[in-house]
Amino acid sequence: MTERVKSRLVYLADVVTLRLDPGKCTGCRMCATVCPRAVWELEDRRAVIRDRDACIECGACARNCADGAISVRSGVGCANAIITSYFSKDKGGCCG
Amino acid sequence: MAQPFVGGAFETPAGPVPRVGSDLSAADRRGGLKVRWGIGRMEYGVVPALYALGEPDAEAPVLVSSNYKLSFDALRSSLAGRSAFLLVVDTQGINVWCAAGKGTFSAAEVSRRIAEARLGEIVRQRRVILPQLSAPGVTAREIESATGFKAIFGPVRSEDLPAYLDAGCRATDEMRRKSFDLGERAALVPMELVPALKWAAALAAALVLLSGLGGGTGYLAELASHGPIAALAVASILLAGAVATPLFLPLLPGRAFSVKGAVAGAVLFAPIWIAIWLTAGGGDRVALGLELGGLGALAMAGAAFLALNFTGATTFTSLSGVRREMRFAIPLEIAFAAAGVGAWLAGRLAS
Repeated sequence: MTERVKSRLVYLADVVTLRLDPGKCTGCRMCATVCPRAVWELEDRRAVIRDRDACIECGACARNCADGAISVRSGVGCANAIITSYFSKDKGGCCG
Repeated sequence: MAQPFVGGAFETPAGPVPRVGSDLSAADRRGGLKVRWGIGRMEYGVVPALYALGEPDAEAPVLVSSNYKLSFDALRSSLAGRSAFLLVVDTQGINVWCAAGKGTFSAAEVSRRIAEARLGEIVRQRRVILPQLSAPGVTAREIESATGFKAIFGPVRSEDLPAYLDAGCRATDEMRRKSFDLGERAALVPMELVPALKWAAALAAALVLLSGLGGGTGYLAELASHGPIAALAVASILLAGAVATPLFLPLLPGRAFSVKGAVAGAVLFAPIWIAIWLTAGGGDRVALGLELGGLGALAMAGAAFLALNFTGATTFTSLSGVRREMRFAIPLEIAFAAAGVGAWLAGRLAS
């Protein structure tokens, strides 16, 4: 078990789609560098998900993982954009 | 091409580039304040180009930013007394993080701007520094293979850039995390409030017009005594959902935003409810209970809806999480609002 670090502001538990294939990780640290939520930690030169519920599915880690070890269904957690997408073809995120 | 914040040209081996300073003018600050209130927010762009700050030489750092002027101003104002090249890419006037989420802040766009600016002729060093929050849209390794420039991710906040640069481009753990403190949340309140005002005014007007129905003293007299109660309920929706929820977010109970909003709505409406209940004279207590209870349910539903809308402006929600919350919250909000308006109308008509 990895230690669960309690962030002050955390959204719903056990919903995010973040997955790691530990076999593919080469320990480059890129995931930990780009994550703005301190989800990742390196243990014995391999990435581990330290705080899964803190993940916001921004996709920065998966995109910048050269080993293809990370997958996440990325998007923007914005109710307004989801409602708008019900009524239009625009699949854009928030803010205009 | 004339932009008021550009002060002349700076000569480089690849020709002149616009020069900017790190001091924000009164006009820059006024513009920043206006877009925080939603005025001209979608036309607050900077011309995408390479800019010179100070007296950058061939070894000067190259900092990449979006062409939203609020982002660009935050970048240059954090670099007082320093020299750097600022490479502004075209994100259609959208900030770094949202543009990365949309895919307009991308490796292809950064590579294109590096080539267009002929950056390779201007600087000898072969590194560009991206804002960390561009990472959801930028595959850094693709920039290096396309341009020969290694793209590295700087800190989340531009204000940490001086410390980051002085440390030899090393970010502390703190610089890598997106905070969401009281000041940052307060800055978002106007953009929650302004878009909500229009429909709140419409809802208040409709309720006030309906409030004259029922009772025994005539339409206008009833409207005068019961309309303000309905208007106060709408005001508590706005205050709870668009002001109290952002400000008191960590203190409000629950993880779901709709729960936080509903609690804020109940807490704000409760004093009104209690004051009216206690000061009301004789008359039909059941009808008054229906009227006040109905408005309370409406206040909770409305505040919950506004709070749910705030998810997109926050730093810690996920798409999967918001979808999950919407599946249970939206039907509940509709049911509460409908039951609330129904009970309120029944109470008014029965009195």
